[in-house]
Amino acid sequence: MVYLTRKCEFSASHYYHNPEFTAEENQRVFGKCANLNGHGHNYTLEVTVKGEVDPKTGFVVDLKELKEILNREVLEALDHRHLNKEVPEFFHQIPTTENLAIAIWHRLQNKLNVAKLHRVRVYELPDLFVDFYGEA
Amino acid sequence: MKAHLTRRYIFSASHRLHNDGMSEAENRTVYGKCNNPHGHGHNYALQVTVSGQVDPKTGMICNLVDLDEAVQREIIERFDHQNLNVRAEFKSVVPTTENLSEVIFNILKQSFKAAHLEKVRLEETMMNSFEYAGGAELRI
Ligand SMILES: [Zn+2]
Repeated sequence: MVYLTRKCEFSASHYYHNPEFTAEENQRVFGKCANLNGHGHNYTLEVTVKGEVDPKTGFVVDLKELKEILNREVLEALDHRHLNKEVPEFFHQIPTTENLAIAIWHRLQNKLNVAKLHRVRVYELPDLFVDFYGEA
Repeated sequence: MKAHLTRRYIFSASHRLHNDGMSEAENRTVYGKCNNPHGHGHNYALQVTVSGQVDPKTGMICNLVDLDEAVQREIIERFDHQNLNVRAEFKSVVPTTENLSEVIFNILKQSFKAAHLEKVRLEETMMNSFEYAGGAELRI
């Protein structure tokens, strides 16, 4: 079994707000991220897939295909978007890094027919990232 | 759903690798430059990984502010700009980065309860890094 990781970047804006919370609660729980005018990040996404090396090609996965799936399923939907307003997963969910990693996993899971998805890692900042392994 | 969150912190500390149970010559052989009597320092990069269910109300495993406060109070304030050798934690263990990783893991395990502590990773230099998951195997 070999693990392969593909890295890509996207930029998006968001804010954190739970409509069931009072204004004070939103402020207390989400701090600066509660500003409803939003703010943005340069996200780094690392997608790790795993599989046996194909003896014919020497590949676990054809990187070109993986790149196309990533572009189509993730980057086109998220890059230079406002997550709360333009990405359906976040109409009713808070676009934290945790939820972003989970959303990207689900976007990829069914479309990634070329290899088995192992881990989605999303960096919101160089010193903050979330890993999701598809666990319930 | 269960996710893992990793946060990175920096602190600087000095140490000298020396074991009183060995002769001067042995210490020099085993620890080389790190046995210099006056010690030396590193900028340590610490990565703390916690895991847990993502709370649907907040979208978070735990509040980052709470994690930052705990690491600041328990680790950064304790070790930043300190000489590790004179600290109680290293009274009977050599302050290698292996041992420092275990010490930091155990302190955080005791003091941070808002999420499950998965592992700590310490980069001593750009060339050397150490990970400790409380004795568990590492996950890729
Ligand atoms: Zn943000």
